[in-house]
Amino acid sequence: MSFLLSILIDGLIYASWLFIVSAGLTLIYGVMRVLNMAHGSFYAIGAYTAASLVGWYFNHDELPAFGSFAVMALGAIAVGFVAGLVTERGVLRFLRGRDEVVMVLVTFGLLLVYEDLIKFIWGVQSYYASQPYSLLGSTDIGEINFVNYDLAMIGVAGVVAAVLWWSLNRTRQGKLLRAVINDRENAVALGINVNRLFMATFAIGAGLGALAGGLSAPAIAVNPGLGVEVIVLAFAVVVTGGLGSVEGALIGAVLIGLARAAAVNLWPEAELFVIYGVMACVLAFRPRGLFVLDSARKI
Amino acid sequence: MRAFDKTPLAIVVATTLLLVGFFVFPAWLSLMVVTIIAKALVVVGVVVLMRSGLVSFGQGLYYCIGGYAVSLGEQVLQITDIFVLLALAMAAGLVAGSILGLLMSRYREIFFAMFSLALSMILYGILSRTQSLGSTDGLNIVQPTLFGIKLATQQAKLLIYFTTCVLAALVTYAVHRYIRSPLGYASMAVRDNEIRVEYLGLAPKKVFYSNYVIASVVAALGGAITALNYGHVQPDMAYWSQSGEFIFIALMGGTSHVAAAFLGSAVFETIRTYALELAPDAWRVILGGVLIAIICFLPKGLWSLTQFGKRSGSSDWDRVVDEKDST
Amino acid sequence: MRFWDKISFITALNIVALGMLASPPAVAADPIKLGLVAFYSGPVSGPVGMPSRKGADLIIEAINIGTLPAPYAGKGIGGRMIEPIYVDEAVEPVNEFRNLVQRQGADAVIGYSSSGSCVGVAPIAEELKVLTLFYYCGSTRTFEEGPKEYVFRTMNSQDVENIAAARYILSIKPNLKTLSGMNQNYGWGQESWRDFTKSVQKLKPGVTIATEQFPKIFAGQYGAEITALTRANADVIHSSFWGGDLDAFILQAAPRNLFQKQTAVLTTGGTAIDTLTKQIPEGTVIGVRGNGGALAPASAFHDWFRAAYQKKYGEQPSFPAYYMAQSVLALKAAGDKAAEQTKAVPSMDAIRKALSGLEFAAPSGIVSMSRHKGHQAVTDIAYGTFKLVDGKPTLINVKRYQPECVVPPEGVKSLDWIEAGFPGAKCD
Repeated sequence: MSFLLSILIDGLIYASWLFIVSAGLTLIYGVMRVLNMAHGSFYAIGAYTAASLVGWYFNHDELPAFGSFAVMALGAIAVGFVAGLVTERGVLRFLRGRDEVVMVLVTFGLLLVYEDLIKFIWGVQSYYASQPYSLLGSTDIGEINFVNYDLAMIGVAGVVAAVLWWSLNRTRQGKLLRAVINDRENAVALGINVNRLFMATFAIGAGLGALAGGLSAPAIAVNPGLGVEVIVLAFAVVVTGGLGSVEGALIGAVLIGLARAAAVNLWPEAELFVIYGVMACVLAFRPRGLFVLDSARKI
Repeated sequence: MRAFDKTPLAIVVATTLLLVGFFVFPAWLSLMVVTIIAKALVVVGVVVLMRSGLVSFGQGLYYCIGGYAVSLGEQVLQITDIFVLLALAMAAGLVAGSILGLLMSRYREIFFAMFSLALSMILYGILSRTQSLGSTDGLNIVQPTLFGIKLATQQAKLLIYFTTCVLAALVTYAVHRYIRSPLGYASMAVRDNEIRVEYLGLAPKKVFYSNYVIASVVAALGGAITALNYGHVQPDMAYWSQSGEFIFIALMGGTSHVAAAFLGSAVFETIRTYALELAPDAWRVILGGVLIAIICFLPKGLWSLTQFGKRSGSSDWDRVVDEKDST
Repeated sequence: MRFWDKISFITALNIVALGMLASPPAVAADPIKLGLVAFYSGPVSGPVGMPSRKGADLIIEAINIGTLPAPYAGKGIGGRMIEPIYVDEAVEPVNEFRNLVQRQGADAVIGYSSSGSCVGVAPIAEELKVLTLFYYCGSTRTFEEGPKEYVFRTMNSQDVENIAAARYILSIKPNLKTLSGMNQNYGWGQESWRDFTKSVQKLKPGVTIATEQFPKIFAGQYGAEITALTRANADVIHSSFWGGDLDAFILQAAPRNLFQKQTAVLTTGGTAIDTLTKQIPEGTVIGVRGNGGALAPASAFHDWFRAAYQKKYGEQPSFPAYYMAQSVLALKAAGDKAAEQTKAVPSMDAIRKALSGLEFAAPSGIVSMSRHKGHQAVTDIAYGTFKLVDGKPTLINVKRYQPECVVPPEGVKSLDWIEAGFPGAKCD
């Protein structure tokens, strides 16, 4: 029993991380039809920002330790938001309406460029921001000890999901976004300012990616190449769940998170391909992922 | 009516020049030519798929299968003859492609891309976990022989170079003809509108399937040549970034003509290797910047530069994937 | 970081230029164009690539000015200055090796951290007949797949580290019953785990394996693995994790008290003891892939190296810095020996022949090219146990294993040697 419970908790922790990483990705895809590989760069930028800020924060002993969470998360979101804004205004704006695959390649180019820019800014040495990770202590569940910071990630993911759901369904701007997601042509015909919406969506999505990076920074060494490792995982999640759907990303993340935790505990050899295995299985039965966006049938 | 097709002539001229080139080029350049052609062959497959609207983010799967077929052919089956090895690799690509093609031809758009990515990553995972196949360190490949004759190093290089050039010429011509065959034209049609094509009595699945199999076989061939050229194979051949590189090259070159794949591959390889040499700390910026610039300013790829001044619109030569569909 | 690299590069060039102006023409021999290949970008660059490059830079500069301490003397390598060419290992290393040699005209190459690169580069180095020194990659396959003429490795291979780790853990935990493994799922991780477990089981039959975890390299999130390791509750956890993955593993395992209950053997843990001092629990077994870094024995040469490194870069050298420096010194020692024998400026061929079987001094002690027909180095290898002494990270209970104890004898494959129960091993 406690065995299954610990798999469940591990799976949910991993799933929360996956969901925060992929929420921005799926949002951007849903609205803009851009499968953004540079999302990995925003993740890395967030991680570096958080690591730098935490390092700075803990050099000031007079500041309360718990404030580091806010500094870390808000700093990452802010820098990611700005990076997203610059990317959208500087490059993507000029490539609207291009084929989806072309956009994947454009953002792949951006990923390469960002990779070197990050190296210019932060160098190649590792950054650590470990203080916040141990701040919350740990809890014994069954016979296994879990870090409260990780457990809190489940809550954070829940909050991100709730905020996204609320803003998409209960606010005016969100309803406009959903109109664009569901039927872009009609939305434009009704006079929705797509230009502004795209800009905002991309910046928010990038901010979410950076938040994910910022939140993982305390548990890792922030190194070059961080973004590249993350992006394919995020792809697997959003494709499994159904591209462009926030609910899909949530379900996809839970599915993959649980599958990976189960594999690690029961069949460690499978760890390397279980994620792609889940994705392949889901696609084999549901060729467009679990939650399919409506698309107009072309006749 | 179509004008006289200059492509076969161009292929013959280009191949002859390359063959003569071997005796003029410095050693590194000959090897780079083989690298370029090997990658271009995979890209030819990517282009064939792209013409029917499918973008494979997992062509590394077949590239890797081809490479490992050569290596295992040498180590397990004790085959060293270059032609048998290449045939073996193509057969492996054909078998894998025809089986997976049954599944893959059901998928479209980004889902096709992601599913193909998943498959190649699964192969990567399996190879990385298999110590008897050298794990991630890969396997080495000894020099091939010709009809049972052992060759000196320089002769073997010459053999690989000539074989590569001639095979590439044959593949280019065959694919060029295929693109201009009814099935090839049907690819363009299904890309534009699959349902209409179905109404016209064609089977889009058949089109996708045959494109997929062709792409698999040429990718395996490319992988086999790479294996012989480098003398080494690694599971990285199936890693997603390798497949990404092939699409990168395809978009750089353009999809309007088979030869664009070779142009794209040549430019890509040149930029990459010189960027690495001249700007070891900034080669990613250069590569990424060039890619974005080409997509922004040459939406039809580098090939469109060769088409300067030609009439466009009426032939398929200028059609590329990123033209907007009409609904 | 980059600023310093540039400065050092420019200084090196200036020094080469000055050296040429100042010296009489007979001494201003052809410089050696030396390719230095390591990961200068990507996840391996921070923990391995950059320290390696700094270590090599420092030594190259000292060779060109002639300020190396004893036993080295004189400028250049047998009078030939070094012109470094840096190449990033991150892109198609096998292909770029050819370009480095044939297009950029490198006379010799030092490099390669990844075993995959080494396995692939070795046959090409042989084909192109260019002196190639592997400085960091660990796979035993390079030389076991056939003798090499042009390829050398100037540090221990991976098997040695794990045989020594097995001996060390059994010496401090003689009642060891169960083992768990946490290794990256690629060649290095798999081979490290295989050699470690086989060695332990040979030395103490009956030891069982509780769980073996193989997460993807650079995965970064190890929550589920730590749960599985906690539940398996073995006496010892072996990990060949390195760099960022190692840091992440320690950071995530420490608050969950994983290493409090089970002793961890971190074969490359030496990079983490200064940066993660608070997280590594006392009692953790730390290795450095040989005897560099924190486990380097005291010597005048070592003091010079640490001081010069500290002065030039403002930090202490981590162990990868020692090993690339070691490779450059191998070249220097061989070149000087060849020059002395022939009383002439040494050719690359003469340097290569002199290197085979050579013994030379490095900051971490004597390196002896005494395996695989004089092409594979052996050195002492040290392990220690982590302890905070006055708040400072310290390795106590340090044991140094002589090559006769942990390195397979000439002509014996390492796996065969382990499985045969280490015949002929002489341990103190």
